[in-house]
Amino acid sequence: MATALIYAEYKDGKIKKITHELIAEAARSGCEPVAFLAGAGVEALAKDLGAMGAKRVILVQGDALKFYSNEAYGKAFVEAVKSVNPAIILMGASAQGKDLAPRVAATLGIGLASDCTKVKIEGDKLKCTRPIYAGKALADVEFAGSGPQFATVRPNALSVGALQEDASAAVTNQPLDASALKSVVKDVVRGATAKLDVTEANIVVSGGRAMKNSENFALLEALSAVLPNSAVGASRAAVDAGYRPHSYQVGQTGKVVSPTLYIACGISGAIQHLAGMRTSKVIVAINKDPEAPIFQLADYGIVGDLFEVVPLLTEEFKKVLGEH
Amino acid sequence: MNIYVCIKQVPATETKIKINASGTGIDTTGIKWIMSPYDEFAVEEALRVREKNAGSTVTVVSAGPQRATETIRTALAMGCDNAIWVETPEETDSFQAAKALAAVIKKEAQPDLIFTGKQAIDDDCAQVSQLLATFLEIPYVTVALNAEYGAGTVTVKREVEGGTTEIIAMPTPCLIAAQKGMNEPRFASLPNIMKAKKKEIKQYKMADLGVTDADRKIKLVNMTLPAGKQAGKKITGDAKAQAQELARLLHTEAKVI
Repeated sequence: MATALIYAEYKDGKIKKITHELIAEAARSGCEPVAFLAGAGVEALAKDLGAMGAKRVILVQGDALKFYSNEAYGKAFVEAVKSVNPAIILMGASAQGKDLAPRVAATLGIGLASDCTKVKIEGDKLKCTRPIYAGKALADVEFAGSGPQFATVRPNALSVGALQEDASAAVTNQPLDASALKSVVKDVVRGATAKLDVTEANIVVSGGRAMKNSENFALLEALSAVLPNSAVGASRAAVDAGYRPHSYQVGQTGKVVSPTLYIACGISGAIQHLAGMRTSKVIVAINKDPEAPIFQLADYGIVGDLFEVVPLLTEEFKKVLGEH
Repeated sequence: MNIYVCIKQVPATETKIKINASGTGIDTTGIKWIMSPYDEFAVEEALRVREKNAGSTVTVVSAGPQRATETIRTALAMGCDNAIWVETPEETDSFQAAKALAAVIKKEAQPDLIFTGKQAIDDDCAQVSQLLATFLEIPYVTVALNAEYGAGTVTVKREVEGGTTEIIAMPTPCLIAAQKGMNEPRFASLPNIMKAKKKEIKQYKMADLGVTDADRKIKLVNMTLPAGKQAGKKITGDAKAQAQELARLLHTEAKVI
């Protein structure tokens, strides 16, 4: 049985969904999922990884791992790869995974398929599909040469399995070598309100230039507030006009998202924006202009004034969700 | 200070992508080529550091086919002092490109700072910055929102998810991969564009740098366009009816809320 080493990520004391997705995918493909867990005081999370399907957990702890850094975490992860000798390595294409994975690949001299939306594990071979040109095209990639086959996978692209609360993973403590670290993480500054990132949200409500100003985004915040696991995004036009910071931008020079539901409000649908959200499972467009290109991609379209429709929609969503 | 900035030429963001006959690349006919947008922030940052540190030079390096030299000239017109072009075939992977860039920098003046964009917007791999720094055994920060430069040290603010930022201090030499908004990139003036046309571009070939086909780690076996979508449902009626119907459809038909 091929072994898949999975980089576990957590936030606020909880394992992230992407980690669950990767473990579930490895297990579905007949691999033995082994999780790598690093940090300080994180041993309790090993149990959650077991419930997600990890058979083993490589646990590395120490003060040097209190905050994520590509140097300290990279060093520990490379050690784990050497001891586990996996056929497959998977990380989330998250802020950490994107930063860390190439460092690991360079150190080990192996290839990396980044930001994949599909992975297929056949024995000890990994075949991936990854969007390129921000999703205007898709590339099927394979690995040349020997060594572990390594991919980062976009959050929400794979499905999670059921939790097995009674399952447990065997924990191996790996010693930490914190010598010769060059960079120091001075601080991690949380945003004013701890918000879900658009790349991780299950539902994204986005606004375009038609929002007219930053204050009007409160309408979208209100809509988002009734939808669990949702976040507010923006088009480049809205960001360039100063309505939202760049970290909210969805599109080719912003973030590429693939939520279950994407609600585009007052976004006409420039090719660069469509590239950033076209893989969303269900797309809703609300726009005054019936000719707006966004409607070509929308599963449900409303030609209308977002300032009228959005507040009503917030009320209707409340009703529908309240029925549960 | 020796400052390097590594840039890549990519199709303009408005490009409609078509697949070429072999099915493993894009049809480049009629494409307008630009400097990858994030690289503009890297060039600007390099120039600003030079302006604050007398006697510094900024060397722009780019790997790519012949046409990449046009983008190198754009960087020269913005104000870079020296230019290096690594000639590569159309298709090289991140590993090969980073190995070539690392080899160039090892042959040339010792770097103090290296700037890159956080990713190129063509293959979207977002790997070369980290690979390059790792090959050179220097620290790096990706997705940099701003940087403060001290004596032999740089403190960088890095963007992570959900509005969170990390503050990272690292010694020089180091690499910084720019996020959009790190600065406001300058436009090249006409006289500078004219001057840039006459500047020498030093050339390397992959083979001179010890980069071979064996360094290609990722094979692109097939490229496709995303499946077209069936026409969606237009919801009619007054705003109230539209909102009601949409909520119903999302709940009972699409089952996404």
